Amino acid sequence: MTEKAAEPARVDPSFKHEVMREHDGETLKACFQCGTCTSSCPTARFSSSYRPRTVLRMAQLGLREKTLSSNALWLCTACFTCTDRCPQNVEVASVLRVLRNLAVKNDIIPIIYKELTSNINDTGYAYRIPELRHKKREEAGLPPLPKANCVDISKLIELTHGSKLLKK
Amino acid sequence: MRMNDDMADSKYLLFLGCTIPYRVNSYEVSARKVLPKLGVEIIEMPDFNCCGLPVDPVNHEMTLALSARNLCLAEQQKLNIVTLCTGCATTLRKTNKMLKEDKKLRQTINGYLKGIGMEFKGTIEVKHLVQMLKEDVGTEKIKGAVQKPLTDLKVAEHCGCHLLRPHKFSGFDDAEDPHVLKELIELTGAKCLDYADEAECCGYTVVAIDEKVSLQLAREKLHHINDVGAQAMITVCPSCHLMFDMQQSRIERAFGENFNLPVLHYTQLLGLAMGFNAEELALKELRVDTSSIMKVLKA
Repeated sequence: MTEKAAEPARVDPSFKHEVMREHDGETLKACFQCGTCTSSCPTARFSSSYRPRTVLRMAQLGLREKTLSSNALWLCTACFTCTDRCPQNVEVASVLRVLRNLAVKNDIIPIIYKELTSNINDTGYAYRIPELRHKKREEAGLPPLPKANCVDISKLIELTHGSKLLKK
Repeated sequence: MRMNDDMADSKYLLFLGCTIPYRVNSYEVSARKVLPKLGVEIIEMPDFNCCGLPVDPVNHEMTLALSARNLCLAEQQKLNIVTLCTGCATTLRKTNKMLKEDKKLRQTINGYLKGIGMEFKGTIEVKHLVQMLKEDVGTEKIKGAVQKPLTDLKVAEHCGCHLLRPHKFSGFDDAEDPHVLKELIELTGAKCLDYADEAECCGYTVVAIDEKVSLQLAREKLHHINDVGAQAMITVCPSCHLMFDMQQSRIERAFGENFNLPVLHYTQLLGLAMGFNAEELALKELRVDTSSIMKVLKA
């Protein structure tokens, strides 16, 4: 039986530069792989796939597809413990955000984010607040919720290229 | 951080965010009860939108623009913002600071805001409730408002990551060893117990991505708090509150364990110490039964 040779990982040397051009992404170059981020990460303690240090190394090496298509990318809780503890002042959580933003540009978008963006676009709020809630507010003596200016909010979403995040 | 001198320190626009009106009325009800008693005047925030935090992972500039729109609304009102949610606090505070300091970024975001006839000018400040209570109201005033000290109560705090992190934007308290919320809790007469991994995340932000990881994080925290014998947990964020109060029965079912740990908003704890009753503070809206602590307080 012949064994199939392992596929070599495709390396894109321009990938790290693409990351570093984004806001907060420039700190990627300072990562020297000490692992403080992973050892501080709450998710990493319970997830077998998410390791911030590994993600940063993959990005530095130029493993574009592997990095952007990784499900683990979406497991960062944005607690910013890694960022606060990094001895190299790498904006770890923000680099993760840059990578997720880039995944979206490559049409990788977990469905929950389409829901959230569509809710904001249609109602101003991240969740669709049911009629019952408005009634309960009244009963509890709370002031009515202001009606959001959805025209302006939609415009901002469109101007910032967020339209692809809306549910069709 | 000092508020601008030309603004009355006691007048704030209340930024409610989305999670509170969606699911956590009890936080708002109790905050609106206690704040006026501390001389804080609450002004309603006009036609605000989501702070932007939930969509930052998918589009950073959209988040900054949405966040900045809220800041512009407050600038028009010439009022500083107070938030009850730590997520709203971290996002609005961060956007405010970044746009004030980074000219290029401000230009980019103002370019978007121009499309809706707005401009970020950088004239207001944003604080979370805890920071406002500590820095603007002051501990003396809070102490003075306590009528019924909760002397027999032992609680544990959870201040939530976004109250203090990223630290370069919060510039307040110590994210590794938080003590401001503890200090505020002890003003009520209750004892605030230390426990393991106090500054750890609740897990809320990934609940829709990987529920198991999220519930495990919250469960671990409940264990640490139970281990030190706290009778209740105190939160200052609607999302953290949802993880520990609403999801508590789910965690119990998933892991075959029992916690029965009441989870109160800080404003409810303070309200009890100020002499408000359980109904006025919407205690019955909490999922985990609070009769155990009411018994302690009555004894």
